[in-house]
Amino acid sequence: MPDMTTPETVATSVAAWGLLPAVALVVAVALALGLVFAALDRVVVAGGDANAMAGPSRTVVRWLVKQRRTTLAPDRLLWRVATGAVPVLAVLSMAVVPIAGRTLWSTSADLVWFNAMEALLWAAVWLVGWGPNAVHALVGGYRFLAQGLAYELPLMFALITAGLAAGSLRTTDVVAAQADLWFVVTMPVAFVVFLASAAAFAFWGPFAAPAGADIAGGVVSELSGVERLLVEAGRAIFLGASAAMGATLFLGGGSGPWLPDALWHLLKTVLLMGLMVVAGRRVPVLRPDRYVEAAWVVLVPVTLLQALVVAVLVLSGMYA
Amino acid sequence: MAGDIAVVTLGMLAVAAGIAVFVVDSMARATFALLASFLAVAGILLALDLVYLAVVTALMMTMEMAVMAIFMIMFMMNPAGLMPMTMVHNARGSAVAGASVFTVLTVGIWTIDWPARQGTQPDDATRQLGESIMGGHMLVMLVIGIGLFATIIAGTVLATQRGRYDRFGPELDARRPHDPVAGGLPR
Amino acid sequence: MTLQIVLTVAAALIGVGLFGTLSQQSIVMVMMGLELVVNGVLLAGGAAWYFLTPSAPDAQMLIVVALVVMAVEMVMGFAATIAIYRARQVDMVDMAKDLRG
Repeated sequence: MPDMTTPETVATSVAAWGLLPAVALVVAVALALGLVFAALDRVVVAGGDANAMAGPSRTVVRWLVKQRRTTLAPDRLLWRVATGAVPVLAVLSMAVVPIAGRTLWSTSADLVWFNAMEALLWAAVWLVGWGPNAVHALVGGYRFLAQGLAYELPLMFALITAGLAAGSLRTTDVVAAQADLWFVVTMPVAFVVFLASAAAFAFWGPFAAPAGADIAGGVVSELSGVERLLVEAGRAIFLGASAAMGATLFLGGGSGPWLPDALWHLLKTVLLMGLMVVAGRRVPVLRPDRYVEAAWVVLVPVTLLQALVVAVLVLSGMYA
Repeated sequence: MAGDIAVVTLGMLAVAAGIAVFVVDSMARATFALLASFLAVAGILLALDLVYLAVVTALMMTMEMAVMAIFMIMFMMNPAGLMPMTMVHNARGSAVAGASVFTVLTVGIWTIDWPARQGTQPDDATRQLGESIMGGHMLVMLVIGIGLFATIIAGTVLATQRGRYDRFGPELDARRPHDPVAGGLPR
Repeated sequence: MTLQIVLTVAAALIGVGLFGTLSQQSIVMVMMGLELVVNGVLLAGGAAWYFLTPSAPDAQMLIVVALVVMAVEMVMGFAATIAIYRARQVDMVDMAKDLRG
């Protein structure tokens, strides 16, 4: 068991660098990770064509200048709030991911914070589908609601398994607990479920059914211009943030020889993003009615078993 | 001082959002107004150094409200509030009841001689909660666990229309269950 | 920031919630009112912990129990709503007056 008597050994980045620089850094890193993820995604989809890397930046400019359209009798207030909330929540989930060894804010419930941001994102995406008063968007929103509900519990168990081994819900403590052994070794199931759930919450790759072509773009179908940009940026940022969180929780965060911590963490994050993109783009879009059952009937018990194994290992002194 | 202003602002936001729940016509807006009220309360809990409970409140209530939204839209006529409507009974009596409970509570709150603060705040409220839940107060956790388990079963029994005879036939001898949604697992 | 201010907010939430619970006709809206009442209890529990007994975990336990009560209320409320709607298309409390007793 790690030392329990010193709850706060690492100062937050706010305490170390001041409020504004710390916030600016987190936002900048989140945006950069989102852009990198989108670029990687584009390259893989284009079959390895490196020229496609500039695609996301071009799309950003296009959406910025594109004329916005609207629908008949939309719920304008909720729609605006939701499209704005998606990227904000994605950036907020970065607040508990250590950057250069420091998180923006460190509490005794970091992992729960990450999970709460995900839940809020879930509600916001449903609102994005509800807002425009359009049938395809609403169908997409409902698909996402069912998908998120099915993946919320496995994700919770995956997060809590890392916290269980570290004996703390603080991300910096989880990193410290992996000094000897990365958590991915003893909790591979939690690792895979975490990444899959991240993709499911960003309705990306095999979990893109809420924005599927069979419902004409679904939840994002009525978005245009800046609003489309906000939601798509939120998805990419969330995927990037999840890769950074995955590297923190399961791949030892910034630990590694020779190179500085921040660089190691970045390397691992980019590696994870590459893994997610390559693996995710090889799987076809899954039908919601099929994988929701699989999530409830298979993933929940499997992640519980994983937590049980880790709990036994904790008792046997494996992570001491 | 900044903390005081934040708490008072969040408190007013919580109450205003709570009132909005029963004022707005759109069911989606009512649900998310209630969510705003919960998030404001979570913000106050954060200011009271109850980090874990604040974040858990936000997490649980967000999920509850998203599910609530489905039921609100399913069971209410005019869910989007495109036309004004009121569906109330005994509004005046209810307002009197609500106002008098508030008055009695407030008078009590401001006239009672509250005891002084006992003991000091622990370094980590989360640890205090976790250790008591798995230690001295474990009975609470056990009761909660059994209660939630019973709730899951009772809720499913009440809400499910189809039983095993619908799935496997009157003799229960069908090889594959007859389900409206095929699901993703081989049966 | 004093105990009384936070508790007054909690009392206001309870009052508004009670008004909603008593006045709404739709079963789902009645549940929204109940949730608002428990929301006030959450806040009062937090205030009791911070201002009165921070050294004891009991007030925190109260909040945990209140959260669980909300979850149970949601599940059983919706299950009962679905059951009565299936049986006789009832979605308002006034339509089920014969159940009183």
